[in-house]
Amino acid sequence: MKKVLTAALSALLAVSMAACGSSTPASETEGESGNTETTDTVETDGKIGVILVGDENEGYTAAHIEGIKKAAEDLGISSDKIMWKYMIEENQACADAAEDLVDQGATLVISNSYGHQTYMQQVAADHEDVTFISMTGDTAANSGLANFKNAFNQTYQSRYVSGIVGGMKLAELIENGEVSPEKTPDAYTADGDVKIGYVGAFPYAEVVSGFTAFYLGVKAIVPNVHMIVEYTSSWADQVAEGTTAEKLIADGCVIISQHADTTGAPSAIQAANESGKPVYSVGYNVSMLEVAPKAALTSASNDWSVYYNYAFTQWLAGKAMDIAVDWSEGYETGAVNVTKLGDSCAAGTDAKVAEVEAAIKDGSLNVFDVSTFTVNGAELTEKDGCDLDFDGTADIFPVKDGVFYESDTKDGFRSAPYFSFIIDGIDSNSNN
Amino acid sequence: MRNKYEKPHDSVKEPLIHLVRRADIPVAKAWLIRLVCVLAGLLVCALFIMSITSLNPISVYASMFSGAFGTSRRIWQTLKDMGMLLIIAIGLAPAFKLRFWNVGAEGQILIGGLVSAAWMIHLGGKVPGFFLIILMAVSAALAGAVWGLIPAYFKAKYKTNETLFTLMMNYVALQLVEFCVDLWDKKQSHSVGIINGDTKAGWLSPLFGQQFAPVVLIAAILTAAMYFYMKHSKHGFEISVAGESENTARYAGISVSKVILRTMAISAGICGIAGFLEVAGVSHTISSLTAGGRGFTAIIVAWLGKFNPLAMSLITAILAFLSRGANQIASDFNFNTYASEILTGIILFFILASEFFINYQIRFRSKKGKEAA
Repeated sequence: MKKVLTAALSALLAVSMAACGSSTPASETEGESGNTETTDTVETDGKIGVILVGDENEGYTAAHIEGIKKAAEDLGISSDKIMWKYMIEENQACADAAEDLVDQGATLVISNSYGHQTYMQQVAADHEDVTFISMTGDTAANSGLANFKNAFNQTYQSRYVSGIVGGMKLAELIENGEVSPEKTPDAYTADGDVKIGYVGAFPYAEVVSGFTAFYLGVKAIVPNVHMIVEYTSSWADQVAEGTTAEKLIADGCVIISQHADTTGAPSAIQAANESGKPVYSVGYNVSMLEVAPKAALTSASNDWSVYYNYAFTQWLAGKAMDIAVDWSEGYETGAVNVTKLGDSCAAGTDAKVAEVEAAIKDGSLNVFDVSTFTVNGAELTEKDGCDLDFDGTADIFPVKDGVFYESDTKDGFRSAPYFSFIIDGIDSNSNN
Repeated sequence: MRNKYEKPHDSVKEPLIHLVRRADIPVAKAWLIRLVCVLAGLLVCALFIMSITSLNPISVYASMFSGAFGTSRRIWQTLKDMGMLLIIAIGLAPAFKLRFWNVGAEGQILIGGLVSAAWMIHLGGKVPGFFLIILMAVSAALAGAVWGLIPAYFKAKYKTNETLFTLMMNYVALQLVEFCVDLWDKKQSHSVGIINGDTKAGWLSPLFGQQFAPVVLIAAILTAAMYFYMKHSKHGFEISVAGESENTARYAGISVSKVILRTMAISAGICGIAGFLEVAGVSHTISSLTAGGRGFTAIIVAWLGKFNPLAMSLITAILAFLSRGANQIASDFNFNTYASEILTGIILFFILASEFFINYQIRFRSKKGKEAA
């Protein structure tokens, strides 16, 4: 009897507590919840659905969120027109999310990670009246779908400029004797070139294009430079990026940049710098000054709002289907930039950056000017093409008038980078 | 001197709360306790929601519900999540009942998925579709079984620790998958992408127009089959005897090593089939995310459901609902996904607690005791 009583009493207590807890707010907010229901269902105009691989705590996704919010604000798109799906993995979850956004009335669906692309394309094929944009993707042009788009900033331009910043620092270090064959013998190759390093994610064309641009930027300031590229086999792995940077530091690299999403490398470089080694970091996506106040010079970055502004303008005008299949812009429209220069930057860096940015803008400077580098000892010619489908034969020939045109959508090429030559002076250690 | 291990003297103060193990409890009462615990969990969640946001908990719960069941597509997605998790839990149940701690479901799923993907990539379009599917399913089951038999053999023969062994096999499978992804992805973007997107070779075809219906159907069939296997077959009886006591099993003439090997082959084989279903019926790709931690979540399911397939169905339904619901809250209220997952965690914690209250009874110090003190 007692057993039953105690159980009943405790149950009653819990139930009554639950009842109190939920009944008070229920009355005052019933209207509110009703409202949200109606805005969800009665909505007749289209909405924008956004599928994100991370959330605001992850630099790459944060940059996209910022870009979308800025573009929406500039165009007067109210926040309830945008539906967000955070932390969507690059698997069936992306297709589920895309289908769900379409069910909720999305007429424009955007995904921000490369790995989402294959699922976006699948869903796009089933919903011809909805426009799908796979950011940084590369298959839209060949998908045969009118409602499937790709976009990629010409990040190689800001990589090049970040290389200029790194080169200025390297030149200063050599000039003031902090880096010299006597003082820092590790920093020199057998041929007498100064070593720089790069923490890459995968030996994928986007990465190769980026590190080549960075290298050419450094080389424009310090001609005798040699770059070692090590891969982490992950787009974001704090620990691996840190240890890879440590390896490069141990190898003697003086300037280390990265194509990987965390602060692992700058943190390791900051630690080495504090211990007295002349080594500096050039980051990616976000400013690294917070984690590496002394070692961080700048970061190559993107302003995604430029593209989102373009895409949303088309969408608002009812012309989402006419959004470019492949979109790629750079300094010309402000789609790429470098972040705030750190205090450790060499004197005169900002003037040099402004000069180079202006030259890129007006077209007088081309990052992939074939006269500035060689592949296996020879300059690239118009006969050197890129094999995009890996069938062993080149599909596009982007070299024209002495320039390799990267992400050249004006000539009908795709927006995702395709420069995948390993040029002389770069060691790409892809097999480890 | 009184021995300190001696039982407390009558005059010593009786503790305020006593935990007493219940002998047995009526089914209705057990369910009442479960219900009360879930309600209490929802209450704590409500407090959490109100304390960190200004949101109304009722609308948050409404959003969870809509996330799981709001549209017919969402219902199917929730059913698919439930089915996939259930198959893995069904696979784990016999092994755990045997007290063979198979924490290697992740690896068994991955290896099953990997073999399926390999056939899809290399034979897609070269053999008839039906034959390809059968080949994928059978080889996935075999691959999973082999992945489980390796630790089972060493356990049966050399008494190695199966927890560590199966766990390590997960990493071996994961590295194999990573290796093959780079092998098959010529772009070096570390993503195989959807396999045979154009020809759909090796894809399970939709049933009644529903992509996920085959997965749900197979989950239902396997659940029913496992129920009968565990409850009404000689094998099932041998598992429960050997699980309770090896010596009893030996005395009864049951070969324990044989039971271990057979049970693990079945257990891991079903996990391999789960990998096949994920690749052929759900995601149509292979990556390190193919198992997605479900091999571990399924252990919770198997334990909570006490290896009873029907109870496990209910638990997976709750888990699938909670995870879909949590995603929807994040999306509707711009809630951080981690915050949504805290809500799921709170509710799970209370479900676990309900099992405690079903097994134990709390007794407060009686009034008489108080007077005596």
